[in-house]
Amino acid sequence: MQTNLTFEGSQDYVAGADLMSAVNISMALQKPLLIKGEPGTGKTKLAESIAAALGKQLIIWSIKSTTKAQDGLYFYDVVQRLYDSQFGGSDVKDVEQYVKLGKLGEAFSAEEQVVLLIDEIDKADLEFPNDLLWELDKMEFYIPQTKQTVKAKTRPIIIITSNAEKELPDAFLRRCIFHYISFPDKDLMRKIIKVHYPVLEMDLLESAMNAFYALREQRGLQKKPSTSELIDWIRALQIGGISAEEICKTMPFAGVLLKKSEDMAELEKMKQTGRGPFAG
Amino acid sequence: MFLDFFYLLREKGLDVTPTDWLTLTEALDKGLAGNSFTGFYRLCRAVLVKSESLYDKFDQAFLEHFKGIAEMPEIPPEFYQWLANPRGSESMDGQKHQSPYRTAEQIEQMLRERIGEQTCQHNGGTYWVGTGGSSNFGNSGAGQEDGIRVGGQGHYHAAMRVAGERRFRDFSEDQVLGLRQYQMAFRRLRQFSGETNAAKTELDLDATIQATSDNAGKLKIEYKRPRQNTVKLLLLIDSGGSMDEYMAVVTALFQAVRKSNHFQDLKIYYFHNCIHDRLYTDPTCTPGKWVESESVLHQLDGNYKMIILGDAEMAPYELLNYRYYGQNRMCGLDWFQLFQKHYPHNVWLNPSTGGRSLWHDDYWGVGSHYDLSTYDILNDKFDMYLLTVANLEKALKKLLVNR
Repeated sequence: MQTNLTFEGSQDYVAGADLMSAVNISMALQKPLLIKGEPGTGKTKLAESIAAALGKQLIIWSIKSTTKAQDGLYFYDVVQRLYDSQFGGSDVKDVEQYVKLGKLGEAFSAEEQVVLLIDEIDKADLEFPNDLLWELDKMEFYIPQTKQTVKAKTRPIIIITSNAEKELPDAFLRRCIFHYISFPDKDLMRKIIKVHYPVLEMDLLESAMNAFYALREQRGLQKKPSTSELIDWIRALQIGGISAEEICKTMPFAGVLLKKSEDMAELEKMKQTGRGPFAG
Repeated sequence: MFLDFFYLLREKGLDVTPTDWLTLTEALDKGLAGNSFTGFYRLCRAVLVKSESLYDKFDQAFLEHFKGIAEMPEIPPEFYQWLANPRGSESMDGQKHQSPYRTAEQIEQMLRERIGEQTCQHNGGTYWVGTGGSSNFGNSGAGQEDGIRVGGQGHYHAAMRVAGERRFRDFSEDQVLGLRQYQMAFRRLRQFSGETNAAKTELDLDATIQATSDNAGKLKIEYKRPRQNTVKLLLLIDSGGSMDEYMAVVTALFQAVRKSNHFQDLKIYYFHNCIHDRLYTDPTCTPGKWVESESVLHQLDGNYKMIILGDAEMAPYELLNYRYYGQNRMCGLDWFQLFQKHYPHNVWLNPSTGGRSLWHDDYWGVGSHYDLSTYDILNDKFDMYLLTVANLEKALKKLLVNR
């Protein structure tokens, strides 16, 4: 039974205890899990990790600003059919060949339970989530052209991510289990880095982490560096053979952490005044 | 069960519905709280709270409601050690201790006494704090239905500590805004229409049928313009002087507006304290980098929505005196009101709440012979909103509907 499945993180993904319990709650209650959080806290990776840990197929539906709810269900290629009817081609009476399932349709019609990731749902139009209410509730939809109902054989595990660019409608929220991934604290961060770099010198790790958190604490940064940037930075430090003492003195490869020229200027100011990573 | 907690949450402003509550009950039935208080806290939060901006309110309500449970006597650390490494403990099968009913207070009292008395490790037994056994204290024992779990997975303190930290305080909606939140708010400022100059990319079914019929049944496909946002925005920003201390918040708002590329048109001008003959095109308000205020009024019609961003603090004569700035035909207030009349959709966003009444202290060196501060005057004439998430949303909503 699917209620027995539990998620406990996977080899390459470290989940906080509260995130894990949110995942398990949503699976047990068979409700979509809505994940919010700062960019770079591993929202999208979560779905990959769940699929890998539970040995299930992952279907990703990436939302763009132009995506409509309909796109996820099915696409009826009316123009192709019109052309075929005019110029001959395949059998136009066979409507089914002009109906192609979208990602949601794919997930519903799968033989076995799948993990469906609806990525960055907030990018779409304001009405988008509301248009999916029925489908997510009942896990089925109707295709009028073929008079077919696509109904999920097993309810997929649905993970929805949002960057909070738009507020999601209440009716939609009510159907979801919600979890906000807060920025990992130092202990969790150590675990995360261990997963990525099993062999790493302790003092390099510690001084990189200290510099990183000191930098994040500074006000005036327009975009705070996130986990994925820290991981890239550590790689750069490792390859560059930077020593631990050098990190807090010069902040080498800071461009990996800070992506904006204003923020780089801010870092330069910190260096001059001895604030943030340069303190101590 | 916990129904009081449900109403407390609603009282605290969390929009918890009966459906949510039933979901929680279902989850508890399924044992999703994992028999621990921390698990219960996480479960409640996941099911009942739908936004990180409400986490803080939830934490507060949770603390308030379950505080009684949290106020447990401190457990000495060595107790945990004994409990973590049960030495050869054997659970007392079939020997469930029939303890007389005790109230929570009595049990708490007993635990306090035990902590005072106990000096070594106990496993199995009916009295001391230990593993196995059926005393009211400890873990993995039989005496815990109404007793107190000490150590083991998930003790009460963890949950209360998590809630008590109130780590999500920063996300509260009343916070003054960050860049991302501004952007989010500005997304609301949209009115869709198909009458724009965008490329025709959408299949127009009706027109296609018509054109195909006109074409004697031979297919002719027609496209139409997609619907687009038609909102045009005029942003007037007070720059320099008393605004300097709000630099961060103004920059954030400015960037949010600039990044919101969904406006049909966006014009930004600056003024220093008060609008006069000219509006500056540059935040430094450098003479020369300006346009005539009147030409702005001519070029940008009343369909533009106007946002004024300023603290409305200035020397009263700047706003009210006709002779200020020499040959002005109008005083500052007249200019403000002219713009207000020309752009019926307008709001004033203020990073401060006024009340500094700088002129009272004779900050401007003019003596206090005016009855009202400029903040009060402008606050009276304009729809003024203090810049917070909730308020910006209110302001933008008003910008869309009000005439």
